[in-house]
Order: sequence, then structure tokens, then C-alpha cells
Amino acid sequence: MSTHTGGVPEPYGRPGAPPPPERPATVARERVNYLNVSYGVRSWLLTTDHKRIALLYLGAITVMFAIGGIFATLIRLELITPQGDMVQSETYNKLFTMHGVVMVFFFLIPSIPAVLGNFLIPIMVGARDLAFPRINLLSWYVYMVGAAFTMYAMITGGVDTGWTFYVPYSTHYSNTHVIATGLGIFITGFSSILTGLNFIVTIHKMRAPGLTWWRLPLFVWAHYATSLIMILGTPVIAVTVLMVALERGLHLGIFDPALGGDPVLFQHLFWFYSHPAVYIMILPAMGVVSELVQGMSRKKVFGYSFIAVSSLAIAMLGFLVWGHHMFVAGQSVYAGLVFSGISYLVAIPSAIKVFNWTATLYKGSVSLDTPMLYAVGFIGLFTIGGLTGLFLAALGLDVHVHDTYFVVAHFHYIMVGGAIMGYLGGLHYWWPKISGRLYPEMWGRVAAITIFMGFNLTFFPQFILGYLGMPRRYHYYPEEFQILHVMSSAGASILAVGYLLPLVYFTWSMRYGPRAGANPWDARGLEWEIDSPPPTENFRVQPVVTDRTYEYGSEEEARIV
Amino acid sequence: MSSLSEAAPAAGAHHPALRHHFDSLATQKESSLLGMWVFIAQEILFFGGMLTCYAVYRNVYYDAFAAGSHHLDVPLGTVNTAVLICSSLTMALGVHAAALGKRKATVLFLLLTILLGSVFLGIKVVEYADKFHHHLVPGPTYSVESLRDAKGQPLLEDSDIARHSEIFFALYFGLTGLHALHMIIGIPIIAFMAWSAWRGRFGPAYYTPVEITGLYWHFVDIVWIFLFPLLYLIPHHG
Repeated sequence: MSTHTGGVPEPYGRPGAPPPPERPATVARERVNYLNVSYGVRSWLLTTDHKRIALLYLGAITVMFAIGGIFATLIRLELITPQGDMVQSETYNKLFTMHGVVMVFFFLIPSIPAVLGNFLIPIMVGARDLAFPRINLLSWYVYMVGAAFTMYAMITGGVDTGWTFYVPYSTHYSNTHVIATGLGIFITGFSSILTGLNFIVTIHKMRAPGLTWWRLPLFVWAHYATSLIMILGTPVIAVTVLMVALERGLHLGIFDPALGGDPVLFQHLFWFYSHPAVYIMILPAMGVVSELVQGMSRKKVFGYSFIAVSSLAIAMLGFLVWGHHMFVAGQSVYAGLVFSGISYLVAIPSAIKVFNWTATLYKGSVSLDTPMLYAVGFIGLFTIGGLTGLFLAALGLDVHVHDTYFVVAHFHYIMVGGAIMGYLGGLHYWWPKISGRLYPEMWGRVAAITIFMGFNLTFFPQFILGYLGMPRRYHYYPEEFQILHVMSSAGASILAVGYLLPLVYFTWSMRYGPRAGANPWDARGLEWEIDSPPPTENFRVQPVVTDRTYEYGSEEEARIV
Repeated sequence: MSSLSEAAPAAGAHHPALRHHFDSLATQKESSLLGMWVFIAQEILFFGGMLTCYAVYRNVYYDAFAAGSHHLDVPLGTVNTAVLICSSLTMALGVHAAALGKRKATVLFLLLTILLGSVFLGIKVVEYADKFHHHLVPGPTYSVESLRDAKGQPLLEDSDIARHSEIFFALYFGLTGLHALHMIIGIPIIAFMAWSAWRGRFGPAYYTPVEITGLYWHFVDIVWIFLFPLLYLIPHHG
């Protein structure tokens, strides 16, 4: 993105100029940035700087990811043998429930928006902060309170309903902490609503002069679409969980068949949010991948406007497909037909993105550094996850594989292979900007390849297991499934190593990593024209945008000459 | 914050209410208004979840809903509707007064809004007490002995209508309870606005907080405009 900076001389980032020289470390150390501007616990816990809040979120969701990962470890350990001999059925029910609750509501949904989105959106639109900095801080505290409720439920005995909280089990029969967990989800929902609200207003009202909608980075477009889902979907799950809690406490009858209530109505309300919630997880990852692909192949994104609009199309269509979770729940066949048809339509904007990313790589100067490894990993795994999603959207086939490991494998390809790959790729790509340091590239590649291989070994066997009829949520199984389950557990241990590596070398790099210049990837975008780490208010002078984003052409020509 | 002075100053940029990350009060106001509208969109979906349940069950169990609705106090509901519309009027006048910089009128209208909102809640308490008295609060003590069907006959204890009427009252308390909660949250906010106005914080250049509080209050008012016919007037629609 070419900019001019109000006549004040800046040593980097001018269009047509050669790549900026690495500034001497001593100069970089003297510059005031958002990390060294003040010290102490108070300066972090009371900060309204979007970059510091992003780091608060980074810390919190990393802890939640570790907790959810421990549950996953225990699940995979149990499933090594067919007998169900490590934990009892009740404990196993709690393990997969809490794995789902923690990973979905406390890791995946906030992951990219609250960390990378929080850090980057104000910078990418050329603003000094989000529109409502104090509401941004509030959203973090709301998240922490929600997490505390859920932690309380876990420590005092857990919850065993599955992350879906289906009634009447959750309202009448479960003897576990449904209400406390539900309150945790209710509260955390408002954190996500406040984040979405902040993004929408910031993107509408705080863009720098000259930064029109069609010049916005695709990361921003993806977060705009995500924010719409957060605003329009999250309140429905909030009120639904509230009704479950009231039903459980007071026996109101809204979802109780004995009083005329309809349990399927709960499923409708639940999936009205929880299907779009999948797009809350994947759309930001798609935004990240759009940035990675252009930055690491140093080429303008192919079909910019199609990628931008396809994000909005996915957000819109995402609200119309919830019934595909209920093909076997007693929904009418005609409703099933319509939901099936609309679910197929989601494939169109998703495929547009995949083809455009691939076309961007074509004739680009592709670098296979860590962020690109995650990006191509994302494209491959998301394609598998998306295509198996089409299997599940087919009315007939869904009856065969419904509630089997096929479904488990499918959504892990989207959520882990898609969302987490995007999250980690983005974290690597912008880590020099966030921390001001370079991570060790070799270790980055090792971790990315480990994660890719571990992931496939974990989840590909689950497609076969599900197709052969292994139902989800059982801790014992017929012996002929053991080999596939052992492969899956072995893959999970490789995956765990892959996830631990970045934790180690990111932490290491904060102290020992070489200092990053303003633009270590030599990429385009406002975030690469400011210091690493950025100063508190991001821009020392108001940026003025004069051209579309991702313009590499002029500089390429200059180099050839 | 020290780098504020380095940022390019915009015209008229030194109002004390201007936050550091905005260039002008106009942008700041537009952002606050859009923020409240987005919040209201979220609120509509929040009520929408419960209203979906209402739509489904009213369609399926119309007779039970009519019997339950028949027991609600239409005169009190009508008075409350009038009270709430008047409070929206005083709120609008308060915003207008704030925009004109009339300090005392702003405070007066905001206090009137609080008064009318409190009257609404008071009447709601009377109505709730009546339901409690007649064992119409859903739960273990729920009883249909005070309900009458369309012909004026008492409901049989084990009939479908009797069972399904509990869903009506669950939704009645759920919807009006959520609405009342929004008012209980709104009143202290208006009180804070009145106090700030009294301290002279607002003027023609800056009265955004009063305006977005007004938006919120009008939204809460409109929710009631929907709830009143949906809950109170079921047997009266023809």
C-alpha cells in the first residue's frame, strides 16, 4: 500500500524506494514503543492500548488452549485401547465436553479476532486505536469473568452434556455443573459482541484519509464479516443458554416435552448461532491467509474484490444453513432439502477464496518461510474439510455418517486444520511486528511441518473410522477399530509437540531473537510502514493512503531496472 | 500518551471531551452513534431468540396462550404503555435541551424520564405480585386455578391447555423480565447523565452521551410497544 506521510521525512516504506536497510539496533532500542512506554502490572491491567489488550488476550487464550489441549490428550490416551479402561464413561463424557467448551468458546472464537484482529485492525485502517478503547479492555475482563465461571465448573466436577448442551439432558438429567458453564458461555458471549461492535465501528468510521473500502486489506474485510456474525449470532446463543439455565433451575417448560415444550426448538436456536460460529472461527483465518499469501509470494492478491465479497457472502449464507445439523432430529424433509441446498451454496464463496489464493501464488516469488507453510497447509486442509462438509450436507449420506467420527474429523479439519493453522501462520507473520523480534526461522519451519503431519495423522484416520461406523463420544469400541485409533493418538502426540515448539521459541525470541526491522518480509501494508514494535498510537504522523493495497508492481519494476 | 502532540492536529481539536484517538468531535460522535446502533442490532437478536419461542408456541398452543393472556391486566398494561411513551418523549426533549445547551431543562427532562421509568417498574411490580399471588409463576408452585378458557370456564388441572399455559407464563416473565432488566440498567445511566448535565459537562458542541442514552431508552420503549400486544392482547385480536 503506498502512502505519503504528510511531508515529514520517514526513512522507510516509500513506494518505488529500495527495501529499507536494517536500522542499527541502538537506534531501535531508543525508540519509544507500546511495550517499553510504561512498566508494571497496572500499566497492563488498566491499559486501553489495543496492542496491549491483544497481548492480554494472547496470554489468556494460550492458557485456555493448554487446558483444552490437556482434555484432548486425556481423550486420545483413553482411546488407545478399545476397552475403555483408563476413565469411566461419566469422566469421559466430561472430558470431551470440556474439551469442546474450552476450545470453541474460549480459544477458537476469540483467537484470531481478539489477538491479531485487535492488534492489527486499527493499524491496517490507519487509526490510533479502536473506536472504543475502554470497551475493548472491558471485553477482556468480561472474557476473564466468563472463563472464571467455566473454570469453577471444571474444578468442582465438570460438565458432561457435550458442548452442544442438548435438552432435555442438559435441563433435566445431567447431574453436573450445567448452569455455571452456561453462565460462563453467556458472559463470554458479550466479550465477543463487544469486540465485534468495536471492529465494525472502527472499520466504518476511523479509516485514514484515502483508505476507501476497496483499498482495505482483506484481513480487515474478513474481520468485518466476522464482526457481523458476532453481533447478529452471539445474542441468540446468549438468550438460549439463559433459557436452558432457567429451565434447569425453575422447570419452566419451554424445552420440556412433558409440559409441551419442544427440544428441537432448542437445537434450532443453538445452531442458529453455533453454525455461524464456525464462520467466526474460519473467516478471520481466511483473512490471515489472504495476507500471508500475498506477503510471502510478493504479489498482488488475485481477485481482490471477489475475496472481499466472498467473506460477506459466507457470513450471510452462514445464517441460513443451521438446519443441516438437524437432518436426523425430526425436522421436516422439505426443511432438510432447503438447508441442504443452501449448505452447498456456501461452497461457492469458499472455493472462490481457495482458487484466488492459488492463483495469487502463480508466478509469484514464493518464499517457503514459516508463514507460507502455514498458508499452504491451511489451503490444503481447509479444502479437505470443506469437501467433506459437502458430504455431510447431502441428506442421504448424512444419515449414514451423522454423529460418527466422520463429523469429528470434518470439523477438526476446519477448526484445527483451518482456524488454528491460520492463527499460527498469522502469529508468525506478524510476530516481528508484535514483539519487535525475529523468531528462529528454522524452528518455525520444523514446527509448521510437525503440526501438518501430526494433524493429518490424528484426523485422517477418523474419516475412515466414521465411515466404518465408529460413533462419536464413546470411550470403548470394537477391537477392529483399534489400529485407526492408535494412529490417531500417535498423531495427537506429534501435534502436541508441534504446538509446544512455537510456545518455546516465541518466548525465547522475546529476549534473544534478533531485532526485526519495520518490514522484515518486505511486504505491503500500513502495518509494515511503522516501527516494530509500533509506538503507542501507532503512527507518528497521520498516514494518507494514495493507492490500492498490495501494490508490488512498481517496486518489482524498479528492481529489474 | 505523550506522542499525542506529534499527531497531526485537526481543526477545533481541543475540546476536553475529545478522546485522544479521534481527530474531531464529529467523528467521535458518529462513532458513538453507530456503536449504539450496532448494540441495538445485537439487542434485537437477543430478544429475537425468545420471541422465536413465543412465535412457535403461540402458533401451536393458541388456546393456552389466549387463556394465559386473558389473565393479564390490560388496563394496567395500557397505562404502562402510555407511561413509557411519555418517558420516551421526555427523553427526546432532554436530548433536545442538551443540544441547545439548556442545562436546567436537560436535568429536568432527564429526571422526568427517570420518574416515568420508575412508575413503569412500579406498575410492573404490582402486576408481578398479582401473578405470584395467583400461583402463575412457572415452577413447582404453578397452578391454573385462576385461569379461564375462551368460554369463561375454569381450566381442568390435567388438560393440555393447563399444561401449555405454563409456557405462556414462562415467556411472559422471560420477555417482560428481560425488558424490565433493560430499564433497571437504563435508569442509573440516565441518572448519571442528569448528574453530568448538572455539572455542566454538555453543551451544543458535545452532548453525545445524552444522545446515545436516548437511543438506548427509545429502543427499550419500542420493545415494550411490541411486547404489549403480543402478550396482553392475544384474545382481543378478533
